Amino acid sequence: MSSAPPAAPSPHDSSLAAFAHGVLTAGRSVFAYVLFGTYIGIGALAHDFGFSVGWMVLSTVLIWAAPAQVILISTLGSAALIDTALAVSLSSVRFMPMVVALLPMLRDARTRTRHLLVPTHLTAISVWVEAMRLLPTLPRDHRIAFYNGLGTGLITPPIIAGAIGFYVAGQVPVVFAAGLLFLTPLSMLMSITRNSRTLIDRAALALGFVIGPLMAATKVGLDLMWTGIIAGTIAYVVHRLREAVR
Amino acid sequence: MSAAFSQLGPYLALILVGFLPNEIWRLLGLLVARGLNEDSEIVVWVRAVATAILAGVIAQLIVTSSGALATIPLAVRVAAVVAGFLAFLLIRRSVFAGVAIGEAVLIVGAFALAP
Repeated sequence: MSSAPPAAPSPHDSSLAAFAHGVLTAGRSVFAYVLFGTYIGIGALAHDFGFSVGWMVLSTVLIWAAPAQVILISTLGSAALIDTALAVSLSSVRFMPMVVALLPMLRDARTRTRHLLVPTHLTAISVWVEAMRLLPTLPRDHRIAFYNGLGTGLITPPIIAGAIGFYVAGQVPVVFAAGLLFLTPLSMLMSITRNSRTLIDRAALALGFVIGPLMAATKVGLDLMWTGIIAGTIAYVVHRLREAVR
Repeated sequence: MSAAFSQLGPYLALILVGFLPNEIWRLLGLLVARGLNEDSEIVVWVRAVATAILAGVIAQLIVTSSGALATIPLAVRVAAVVAGFLAFLLIRRSVFAGVAIGEAVLIVGAFALAP
């Protein structure tokens, strides 16, 4: 597949072309395929816990975060509502620093906050990882449309797969269901590694990977937030020291 | 199903304890990002924090799994990640190759260790 946006797009169709470029980029991303598999697993989980297919589709559109959806589906029927809300929220802390790092790359002087609402909602690990790599290569006034296209292209397969998983539930052996859920961490680990080209990114990645499970084991609470602050700050200090030495 | 859940209804519960507690972080990010410059030191630091959290999320999904994945022994999950990652490094940094090898090790390991 090759995306061939017009060589010199007019102002009227340039944002449409940028959106289409984003959708095509999503189609070439490994995430489009592994998220499809993962959401078949989540759809099957929703079926097993007694939710409807419409509920599953809406949860992907509104939440768009695989860990939060797995927590919601598996605890909503049994845990207290406040406990479920807290567990969901703690699993989604990552979105705040992700959005803070993203938005300055997306906007220009004419951008209004309302233009950033859709990109903010579409932000997920997959979209963010692809965008942080590709946005710097794009003209600034195309970036929001590109990001919306990329997000739309990456959220659509999971919406469809969630519904498919709902109907194949019970016919999938448990080992294969486990394999589907395993696709997400496996592919994300490799994609983020591939996209980490700077010292600070690599240090943050390696430290977070080690400190994350350690913090979870200490049961301090807010373990992901602490993981990010500790590992991210060490990586930042290493980066500053290296800059100073140069 | 708990009484509170059946009273609330699944769709209202989805909004109140799924969508809102999740979306609050995205919206906080939107607020905090106002006026921040792409090249400012705080954004460089925040990006490192975000990357570290992503790595932590991935590690926790592997170590403390839920759903069907929890039925696979931890040793098999870790072996599968190590094998997949080595394949990724050795085979031209191909994510596809790494995922294929990692999944193969997971499924073969699960069957081999099944009672």
